[in-house]
Amino acid sequence: MQTNPSTAVGTGITFHVAQANYYYGSFLAVSNVNLDIPERKITAFIGPSGCGKSTVLRCFNRLNDLIPGAHVEGTIQYRGVDLYDKSVDATELRRRIGMVFQKPNPFPKSIYENIAFGARINGYKGDMDELVEQSLRKAALWEEVKDKLKESGLSISGGQQQRLCIARAIAIEPEVLLMDEPCSALDPISTLRVEDLMHELKEQFTIIIVTHNMQQASRVSDMTAFYNAQATEKGGKQGYLVEYAPTQTIFNNPTEQATQDYVSGRFG
Amino acid sequence: MTTSQLPDSPQNSGLWQPNRQLSKSMELLAKIVFGAFGLVSIATTIGIVLTLIFETFLFFQEVPIWNFLTDTQWTPLFTNSQYGIIVLISATFLTSFIALIVAMPMGILAAVCLSEYAPSGLRKWLKPALEILAGVPTVVFGYFALFFVSPILETFVPGLRPFNGLSAGIVLGIAILPTIASLSEDAIYAVPQSLRQGSYALGATKRETVTNVVLPAALSGIVASFILGIARAVGETMIVTIAAGQNPRLTLDPRVPIQTMTSFIVQVAKGDAPTGSIEFITIFAVGMTLFLITLVLNAFSFWFVGRFREKYE
Repeated sequence: MQTNPSTAVGTGITFHVAQANYYYGSFLAVSNVNLDIPERKITAFIGPSGCGKSTVLRCFNRLNDLIPGAHVEGTIQYRGVDLYDKSVDATELRRRIGMVFQKPNPFPKSIYENIAFGARINGYKGDMDELVEQSLRKAALWEEVKDKLKESGLSISGGQQQRLCIARAIAIEPEVLLMDEPCSALDPISTLRVEDLMHELKEQFTIIIVTHNMQQASRVSDMTAFYNAQATEKGGKQGYLVEYAPTQTIFNNPTEQATQDYVSGRFG
Repeated sequence: MTTSQLPDSPQNSGLWQPNRQLSKSMELLAKIVFGAFGLVSIATTIGIVLTLIFETFLFFQEVPIWNFLTDTQWTPLFTNSQYGIIVLISATFLTSFIALIVAMPMGILAAVCLSEYAPSGLRKWLKPALEILAGVPTVVFGYFALFFVSPILETFVPGLRPFNGLSAGIVLGIAILPTIASLSEDAIYAVPQSLRQGSYALGATKRETVTNVVLPAALSGIVASFILGIARAVGETMIVTIAAGQNPRLTLDPRVPIQTMTSFIVQVAKGDAPTGSIEFITIFAVGMTLFLITLVLNAFSFWFVGRFREKYE
């Protein structure tokens, strides 16, 4: 492992991405991404469908490893360490980098087991009951489920399920939380609860959120990256990073015309 | 009812003259034809059940039901006949149990291998290959048990007779393996990808994901495949008739010849018992018992799947 002094621990940069190209087989899905994701801030990825924001997100915990042919060129560093270095163990990496998905995906187990599972496979030796309670409290779900911990994780409402998935992700004490459109399947009230939760969680975690909802990006994030897509000759879509700046700048005074058009609702 | 109840369309040019009456008759005809074909299977089932009930009723006129359930000998073809069905049930239970011991672990491992570990190219070949096994005639399996498996077992199982429950059970297990593996594989394959991703995202390895998330999620389908496998093993005829012998005896010793319910039915049916004789109606009583056992198994499987099926979303 090489350590790059500019992104090492203590510099406040969690991920350093430089000239990264993301491929599915020979297809270039997202090109030329350059980003520095700040520590304990919320970074939002916005852009139209097919622009590759989820692809970039899923490389941070190497979940794209599961797709045959998916690979990355360029530099992606996590606190100074090359993410795709052969010495990096993807399972250990994923313990440090939690993820919440678009659709709530609790395991078909009890609420308690949904949280205990991650802890158990990662060799947690502490008090499990306490961990479960702490995690549910942090996810603002404890009061609603404390009397039905033995019931199935699928028996609660969609918004509760998503908070259960957040509780499950933070139970294993990650350093980063990746959220892939976490509110797109939720009603406005549940969405608000998750957003409030994110504000609390950023005290402790670096958060990257992919969202289709620009109001959400402007409400919750500190930094915003705008991706766009261009049609390729073969009829596919190729994503690229247009602009990355503090959220205020992206929404009020962007450098690029495309960003201006997108955030003002002129396309996308 | 005719369409003339609607007011005339002002744009009616005379070019549109649908024959509503004909369409309606065709609809009715289609309903009747399809209904008739659908009824065939229902009528067959009802017919079988009625025949079984009727003949079984005649049987119990001759033989008290108490003897049927409590005798410990099965000698309907002898003069001092006894009708302890438990003798045949014990043999059926023994062969099916051995079959399950063989088929359950192999089936579930094959299913996991196919759906989780095999690359999709290999899966495309392996699954049909496994299903071909289900198409092998059971008479072939029967002689395979008798002439191949038994001689091999004889070399290291002391006291093994040429006809025995063990080799029949093992080969029976191979015969029901495709049922279990294929249905389990369907259940495992149906577990949504989002659950696997959720597990990987928590830092689980592939094995941890399979054993802790995927298999529990597919459990109801896997158990259903086991039950259907048992039902097949209980009703399977040729393998046990050829390889397990024709000796009704109350034993759980897998090394000796035994007679299952199905092989008793074969023995009488291929013999010269005259229609209506007590030997003849005995096979209906045995058939009824067999039918009830598989019915209960299927009902249990149906209930279990409904009760424990996971709605993933």
